[in-house]
Amino acid sequence: MLGEIFEIIIYLFLAIGLFFNLLASLGLLRFPDVYTRLHAGTKCTTFGSIFICGSVFLLGLKMWIYDGDTNSSVLAIHTAVALIAILLTNPTGAHAIARAAHKSGVKPVGAVIDELDIKVNRNDNSKQVKLKKSKKPSKNKKTNEVKEEN
Amino acid sequence: MIESFDTSYLIVLGVLLLCVAIALIRVILGPTAPDRIVGLDTINTIVIVSMIIFGVASASVIYIDVAIVYALLSFISTLFIAKYLEGGEF
Repeated sequence: MLGEIFEIIIYLFLAIGLFFNLLASLGLLRFPDVYTRLHAGTKCTTFGSIFICGSVFLLGLKMWIYDGDTNSSVLAIHTAVALIAILLTNPTGAHAIARAAHKSGVKPVGAVIDELDIKVNRNDNSKQVKLKKSKKPSKNKKTNEVKEEN
Repeated sequence: MIESFDTSYLIVLGVLLLCVAIALIRVILGPTAPDRIVGLDTINTIVIVSMIIFGVASASVIYIDVAIVYALLSFISTLFIAKYLEGGEF
């Protein structure tokens, strides 16, 4: 009885994970923009892989505890480690890609205002002003030194 | 462990292969370089999941260890390509 319930949950998790992975690739194909494609291709894949790895984890747990097969504990534990690796690495990589896309000059399609661009440009302007202020006296000093040497 | 190949897991593998094929279309078509990188990142994650499913289907745990290593290495490669696109100093 308990084994049947476990099997139903395992197949349900597999179906949910497959559905979300398929949605991820369809969104990757259909969305108009880098950022929306990233939104589809990373979040949906993470969610789907949580469910698929969870189903494999439950399969190993079921064979370990319910069927009494101690070799299946390796399956459950290693799948949990792989799931932790996916959960740690996937959002970080997505953040890095979005940052690189924005810095390399890809604009969002149909966006009215780009607040991050305004913020970055304002910071750059303040930095440039500071650099110019700090550079000017140093140049004068250098020219003075050169004149003194001459 | 599972004795032999389970056909239901083979169906799951087929659907995951379809996902990889659809994401590969974006990698080929992608207008800009970040589009292709997003496609490659998605393909990486789907390949990790399909390695885990293949390890269950063929009853060998070694594929899941390979999936862990593949996840970490693909993360490093994604970070490196993103840093390359960003420009500037490393």
